[in-house]
Amino acid sequence: MTGQRARFRRRQRLLRWVVLTVVLVFFVLPLLGMLDFTTQGPGGQGRTLETWRTLANVDTISTDYPALREGFLASVGLAVITPVVMLLVLVPTMTWVRLRLPGLSRTVEFICLLPLTVPAIVLVVGLTPVYAWVYYLLGSSTLWLSLAYVVLVLPYAYRSLDAGLRAIDVRTLSEAARSLGASWFTVMWRVVLPNLRTAVLSASFLSVALVLGEFTIANLFSKKNLQVAMYELGKSDAKISVAVGLASLVFAFVVLFAMSFVGSGRAGTSPLARLRRRKEPSA
Amino acid sequence: MSATATAQGTPVQLTDLRRVYGGVAALDGLTLHLEPGELVALLGPSGCGKTTALRCLAGLEDPDSGTIEVGGRDVTGVPTNKRDMGMVFQAYSLFPHMTARQNVEFGLELRGRDRAARRARAAEMLDLVGLSQHADKYAHQMSGGQQQRVALARALAIEPQVLLLDEPLSALDAKVRVQLRDEIRRIQLEVGTTTLFVTHDQEEALAVADRVGVMSVGRLEQLAAPADLYTSPRTPFVADFVGLTNRLRATVSEGRAQVLGGSVPLLEGSAGGPEVVVLVRPEGVTVGPAGDAESGAGSATVVSASFLGGHGRVVARTGSDELVTVQVPNTDVTRYRPGDRVVLGPRGDAALAVSAD
Repeated sequence: MTGQRARFRRRQRLLRWVVLTVVLVFFVLPLLGMLDFTTQGPGGQGRTLETWRTLANVDTISTDYPALREGFLASVGLAVITPVVMLLVLVPTMTWVRLRLPGLSRTVEFICLLPLTVPAIVLVVGLTPVYAWVYYLLGSSTLWLSLAYVVLVLPYAYRSLDAGLRAIDVRTLSEAARSLGASWFTVMWRVVLPNLRTAVLSASFLSVALVLGEFTIANLFSKKNLQVAMYELGKSDAKISVAVGLASLVFAFVVLFAMSFVGSGRAGTSPLARLRRRKEPSA
Repeated sequence: MSATATAQGTPVQLTDLRRVYGGVAALDGLTLHLEPGELVALLGPSGCGKTTALRCLAGLEDPDSGTIEVGGRDVTGVPTNKRDMGMVFQAYSLFPHMTARQNVEFGLELRGRDRAARRARAAEMLDLVGLSQHADKYAHQMSGGQQQRVALARALAIEPQVLLLDEPLSALDAKVRVQLRDEIRRIQLEVGTTTLFVTHDQEEALAVADRVGVMSVGRLEQLAAPADLYTSPRTPFVADFVGLTNRLRATVSEGRAQVLGGSVPLLEGSAGGPEVVVLVRPEGVTVGPAGDAESGAGSATVVSASFLGGHGRVVARTGSDELVTVQVPNTDVTRYRPGDRVVLGPRGDAALAVSAD
């Protein structure tokens, strides 16, 4: 019996390693390929870090590759605006539907999941007249793409926030806060949002990840975000383009990791909360 | 509990409240007055409207008609956050991302109290509920009973005009429930806040309240002191709902019901007529071993005898095939075995009679 169990455990361990290795190879191999390509010397002979040195020199990048700079700044802006707008729209709506209009929850879910079924080109065709007005009235900044991106991230954000709202008793918490004198804004800001932190973060992760990797809509709207800039750069300087691609992946990873570090864990157990407690003696 | 409420607090008046959900009246003309500093318990089965009444008073529900006055001021249309009421919920309602102290301070912060004043008041309140040493704990680090105590401290910290308790003990285990209900009463008497306590547990209601209101289908059946409610129920529903009741056929003559070979005086509101059913409490019936020749109106056969801790219970079947439950001292339970012949009799307490039809 004990021998059988030990064999079973060994087999499980082996399976775990096999799965982990396959996943690592699947994800890391392309990255290694990119690294290999960007460090090849002239004519494929030897190794050089010239491409990375160029990329690390902000002044050179700004002057020699203005499109890249423009695309990077636009993507960063979009990665900030999109989750903020998405949260401003979705969190109050979903909370209100849960509290006051539970009969509408199916409709809201349907609307939020709809973008999953709409191809990007159809979305662009549908949004073109809207954007014509937006550009006409408000200017043609790339940042207006965030409106389309909010629609794109709705299905993922909805799922995350819905899971978060199901995990807490929003009704009781908000009623408790109201009875203590809180306005609806205070209820949202001080009670609901902090308790949706994990859900809000994962919705934001997904939004940021989607925005940083979005190409189709920006390209079809002839707007320059990082992906479009990289694509265009790839036509004239493949090495820099691939290096930027690799750097943007690392950048996205660092951003997501930082977000998860700031917000992970239960109330009072996140790494930041632990640090804070170490600094502040309890009264 | 016989303690009387202190004469502070605010009077509350609910007048002719109606609230209909999908054609069903949750409140059907409820009128209720709470004296300053009084603790009134609303008792009733699920769906009787007791929680709706409390939620209307809290401002969490809007009545279709009727008025709510607190301290003489009409607050019927006033939003919840402007009503100045503390509330403890059935579900655990502590904000999970805040410590016990931060929870208690929350309402004070909204009222613009400075940090030092908040800290002092939170410490005072946590001390009142005996949880000073748990001030820095989060909800998930506390037991259910501790969470409800903090919720009580949080509700009282803002010095509300009215304290609303919506079945705050029902999620707790039996022992903690008894401890906490006694504590709630102690604290309520200490602070003197007018309190509405909603519960479906009659023992809880009878134990803590100055007056108990029994509700049925959106209406208040009876509002009385616990002892009066128990001994003098005004309606069959109240007699049935509060405590155990034997329903025994009886004949009426000269204002007394002849039952189990004896007679009992009838309560006001009893049905008239020669044939009635009287509602007699188990402790309103006596039981004793039968002699050899006894076969009178009170003679019966024991069906079961149970030991229930503080007391015992004997169930016997009479000659007219009625089952009668009798409360006996716990030391007497072993004297009765199924099949034994016994003699039952009324103790003589006044009882309510209802129509025999």
